[in-house]
Formats: sequence, C-alpha cells, structure tokens
Amino acid sequence: MYKSMKNAFLLLLVMTIFTGVAYPLAVTAVSQIFFPDQANGSLIKKDNEVVGSLLIAQNFTSPGYFYARPSGAGDDGYDAANSAGTNLGPTSKKLMDSIQQQAADFRQANGLNAEAIVPADAVTSSGSGLDPDISIPNAVLQINRVARERGMSAEEVENVVKECSEHPLLGILGEEKANVLKMNLILDSIDGR
Amino acid sequence: MIRDIALFLVYLVILFLVAKFFGGYMYKVFQQERTCLDRFLNPLANFIYRVTGIDAKKEMNWKEYAVALIWFHVFSFLAIFVTELVQGSLPFNPEEQGALSWDLALNTAVSFITNTNWQAYGGESTMSYFTQMTELTVHNFLSAATGLAVAMTLIRSLIRKSTSGIGNYWADMVRGTLWVLLPISILFSFVFVQQGVIQNLSPYVSITTVDGGSQTLAMGPVASQEVIKMLGTNGGGFFNVNSAHPFENPTALTNFMEMFLILLIPVSLLFTFGKMVRDSRQGHAILAAMTVLFVLFLSALYFSEYSGNPTISSLGVAAPTMMEGKEVRLGLGGSSLFSAVTTAASCGAVNSMLDSYTPIGGMIPMLQIMLSEVVFGGVGAGFYGMLSFVILTVFIVGLMVGRTPEYLGKKIESYEMKMVVLAILIPSFCILFGSAVASVTEAGVAAINNQGPHGLTEILYAYTSAAGNNGSAFAGLSANVPFYNLTLAVVMLLGRFGVILPMLAIAGSLAEKKISPNGAGTFQTHGVLFVALLCVIVLIVGALTFFPALALGPIVEQLQMLQGVLY
Repeated sequence: MYKSMKNAFLLLLVMTIFTGVAYPLAVTAVSQIFFPDQANGSLIKKDNEVVGSLLIAQNFTSPGYFYARPSGAGDDGYDAANSAGTNLGPTSKKLMDSIQQQAADFRQANGLNAEAIVPADAVTSSGSGLDPDISIPNAVLQINRVARERGMSAEEVENVVKECSEHPLLGILGEEKANVLKMNLILDSIDGR
Repeated sequence: MIRDIALFLVYLVILFLVAKFFGGYMYKVFQQERTCLDRFLNPLANFIYRVTGIDAKKEMNWKEYAVALIWFHVFSFLAIFVTELVQGSLPFNPEEQGALSWDLALNTAVSFITNTNWQAYGGESTMSYFTQMTELTVHNFLSAATGLAVAMTLIRSLIRKSTSGIGNYWADMVRGTLWVLLPISILFSFVFVQQGVIQNLSPYVSITTVDGGSQTLAMGPVASQEVIKMLGTNGGGFFNVNSAHPFENPTALTNFMEMFLILLIPVSLLFTFGKMVRDSRQGHAILAAMTVLFVLFLSALYFSEYSGNPTISSLGVAAPTMMEGKEVRLGLGGSSLFSAVTTAASCGAVNSMLDSYTPIGGMIPMLQIMLSEVVFGGVGAGFYGMLSFVILTVFIVGLMVGRTPEYLGKKIESYEMKMVVLAILIPSFCILFGSAVASVTEAGVAAINNQGPHGLTEILYAYTSAAGNNGSAFAGLSANVPFYNLTLAVVMLLGRFGVILPMLAIAGSLAEKKISPNGAGTFQTHGVLFVALLCVIVLIVGALTFFPALALGPIVEQLQMLQGVLY
C-alpha cells in the first residue's frame, strides 16, 4: 500500500514535469522560432500599431466598412477575452426577436426592401462571438453601401470581395467565405484612410 | 450538401486507413515489442522507473492494479485542486488570475482526473498559464493513458489463461503516454501553430481596432493543449468556447485534424484488439457495429440541422438557417460532423454551441453519450464500454440457445454479468437521478438559460455529459454554482470509477479462466448476425432507459419548433 502510494506520487511528479513543463515550453520555443506570426495571434499592424488579429472578429459600425457577424462575446460583443455564444435555443423567443431585429437592421443598412431574404450568418451570432468571416452572399449584399460611403465604384469594392474570397480546400474542406478585417484593411489602403 | 457528405466520407476513409496502421503500432507498444521510437524512449522510460522506484516488470492482479490507479488519481486530484487555489501566487500568470472558488476548483479537479473536462469556467477569464500547462494539459495526457491502460487489461485478460496478472499500471501509463500520446502531440502541435493556433506565454494584447474601438485579445500556450485535448478525447478547451474559438480552431483543416485526432486512438484500438486476440475479425466486427451506429446518428444530426428551423425561415432568412452558434469557416457540415464525433467519443470538445442546435440535432449528441459512448468511444473507455455490451450480447444469445455464454473462449458467468450490469446501470442511474433532483430544486432550475422543454434538456445534458465523462454542454446552463459544481462532481466520479472498477474486476476474473476451444455450438462473435445483434442491444438498452426523458425534452421541443411555438 505504502509502496504504490509512493510510486503514484513520484510518477505524477515526473509526468507533470515531462508533459506539463517540458512539452509546452519546448513547443512554445520551437513555435516562436519557426512560426512567430501565427504563434503570437496572427496580429496585423497598420502604421506600426497592432490593430487586430486576422483570426478574431472586431466590431465595425461605420457604414464604410463591411460588418462582421453579430457577437455574443462579453457585454457589448466582440470581447476577445470573454469568448461566448448566446446559447439561445431553437424555441427561444429572445433569439427569434434578436434575429428579426438583426434582419431589419441589415436590410435597412444595405438598402434592401423589407421582404428581402438575408443570409443566415448576417443575422445570427457565431459560436465564439469572434467569427472573423462572413459568407460571400453576406459580403455581396454589403457592397453597395460600402461603395457609396467611400465614394468608390461598386466594381472596385466587388474586386476587394473577390480578392478576399476563400474557397474550400480541395473542393470539400471548408466554406466559401471572406475575412472581414482583411477586406476592410484593403479598402482603407485603397482610399488612404 | 453534396460537399458535406463528401467530407463525411473522406473523413471516415482517412480515419480507418490511418487507424489500421496506428493500431499495429499500438499493438507493438503494449506487447512490449520493438518500435521505431525505442531508441529515444527506452532510456527515458528507464529513467522514470528508476527515479520513481517502479518495478515495471511486476505483474499486478486486478486489486493491486485498482489500488495503484486509485492512488494515482487521489494525488492527481489534490495537485489540480491545490494549484487552482494558489495559482495567484505562482509563476506564468501575466493576467494575475486569482484563486478559484473551492467548489469550482473541486469540480474542475474531478473533471480533469475523470477525463470529463466539463468546463464550469471560462478558460481565458479564470485559469493562469501555469494551471493550464502543469495541471490541465498534464491530466489530458494522464486520464487518457488511464483509459488506455484499463482497455489493455481487458484485452490481456482475454488472451491469458489461469493467471491473476492483468499487467502493470505504471508501465501501461508510461508506455501509453510516452509512446502513443506524446509523439503525436508534439507533431500536431506544430501543424496547428502553422495553421494559426497560438502558442505563447505573453500577456493579453490590448489594441485599438480599425474602427476605433478597443479590444483585448486573450493569449496563451494553446496549441500544446489543443492536440492532447483531442487525441486524449478530453475536450477541455483553453478558451470558454472551446474549438469554436478561432485561436483554437482557425481553419477548416485544423477542424478536420481535430476530428481525426478524436477518433484516432478509439478506432486504432480495435485493430490493436484484433491483433492481440489473433483474430482480426473480432476487431472488425465491433468496428462495424460502431460504424453502423455512427452513420445512423450522424445522418440524423446532419439532416436535422440541414432542414433547419421554420420559425427562422419565416423571418426572411436564407437556408440553411441554423447558423446561430456556428462559425462560418467550419460551416454546417464541419460543425455537424464535429458534434457527432465528439460525443461518439467521450471527447466533449465543441466547435459550435449545441444549445442552439435544432432539438433533434442537439439530442443526438446527448443520446450517443447516454448509450455509454460506445460508438467508437473515448480513449480506452469506448473499448471497455463496448466490451460490456459485447458480453451482454453473448449472454443474451446464450440464454436464447441455452448454452453457457462464451466470448473468445472465456466463459461468461454470473460474476462477469453482475459487473457488466453495474457498469451499465451506474451511469444511467446518475443521469436520470441527477437530472430529476436538479429539475425539482430551486438551485437546479435557477441555472437554466432557455425556458420550456429546452430548459429540461439543458439539465439532462449536463448530467449526461458528466456521467459519460464527455464534457460537452448545453452551455447556456449557468453551471458554476455550488449545487451543480458539487452534484456534477459526484456524478463524474461515479461515471468514471463506477465503470473502471467493475471492468478491472471482469479483467481479473477472465484472466483466471481457461480458454475453451471453439466448438460447433459456439456463437461466433464476428459476422453480420453478431454485428446486428450488438447494434440492436446497444439501442434497446439505451431506448428503454432514456426514451421517457428524451420525450419530455428534445422530442417534444422538435414538435413545438415545427409548429412555431416560442418560449
């Protein structure tokens, strides 16, 4: 009994050092050498200031920018230190009210008529609240607004969407999508904001 | 839709191909045969045995094995519990995370030693990097190694005869960790980082966003924990939203690899089993039964999500409507497959919020856990869980034909049957009794996030997840209160050790028996008849136990959703 107690204690200690100290620190060291950008969060700089991570949604409210999906992370959404979904269920009145409101806002902001069908991702919150992407139909519906606000042609903005569109890997892995931050940064670089 | 189905097929094909190869490797590891990693790992293992004073060659009987296992878990519990309480004064804590409340610390410690990884906490707002690395990551390895070890004792007991020895717990732990878990973890960590999973020890990054707002980006050593979280079917995420978080699961490719890692060992183990009993058909038969059940469940889940919610459609939203709680980059297919995989195994990582699924889409994950996660199942745990159903099947067949039931030449007698029934009944009882208590007490009901039948499902899911040591959740339930922290901790312990101990007892008993030769009247445990019987018995036991509870929760909610009833 005493022997197995001693073995258990010492084995836990040694295993903790191997798998809990040596392993994560070694992976950190090698990652920092070979993949420093990704290991530190795929951070994007503009004028030498970090303005965000390519992987994390941020809140865009100015009409000259593409909008990200609604977010349930933190109190005001897009809180990258408090990831969360709404966890509202399929028979939740609160969820249906929220979707209705989001759809109305989306139609109004983008000059669509009151019955227009909107993409699901534009009116629902993502699982993480930090989804950096939107679907292509969602982006396309926002083109006219963005172009008008920036005094650019719809074609110019459409080209940005095309440039940022990503397709499924090998035709099966992943979805058609566009990264919101990337599109907005390209737009800013075009008209020098 | 076609793309999603292609994804499912490609997933299964790649998984089975690699698992066949990897199963052969695991056979060598646990039969102590030569492997390509011996040159590096043998000296390391010998060093571990020397400093810990372990005699790795000594055969243990099942009681010695159980005692070793229990001591190891007692110390593991204490290590996690104490670290969580004193993390404020430990290093690697740039965000100055303070002590957890005692009930949350207790719940989390139990959760990680039992391979459950239930998260009543949000990782980025609660845990220091020190706790994440030296406790949570470590027990992702060790609880998986324990599952693997117990599965090995059962296999050994089937091929040995007239002995009391079922293996050596310490050697099984060391070999499982060093030869199986660690090499894959190291390899995939780098692939994950290359894809965008973060791996650093920096403080959180505060920024001014492009549109002039402010945002704080949580950081941490994520990749090293992410891989073992999947590979060990643990599922405890670094962040609150687990694999839905872009820093944990940034691309469709990482999503695919995460799903692959979840089922890699459970599926490989069946090939290992076939090799060890020198009859690969035995492993194939069990694998076939699991695959049939998996395809059935995945289809139901995906079809329900794809069909969507008519109430959302009526608001002028394009199909597929079910994007609440899902990520664009992972999509409906990648989310549905992930949810089916993570609850088939006892992983419990999630890449989308199950609470927001259609009622049937959310019921399937729960049902898979209720069926004791025998559809592939957790690392080791799935195998020994399925073996208890295999024994039950041969027993029922034995009753029908009036012969003493046998499995692989071992007579199944009343002692084994008692233990099997215990292993099946204890988790079921915990699920139903726990949910019943929670739904009639104020503390239990106060935590629910959605009204109507969905609220009952949230409670039922919590106890199911805890008893099955899964760890996924209908995350709307505010479970970080003493009532849930304590009751779920008890259920997790019973669900883990209430199965492991009967399984070790069966292993001890089977190892003592002779192996009787295959006769003309022996029921063959391979072939279509056996596969069909096994599937049916798994489903009947599950349906008889849980149908009333499911009818009150997700089934009635599905009908209400189709009629547009809201709460």
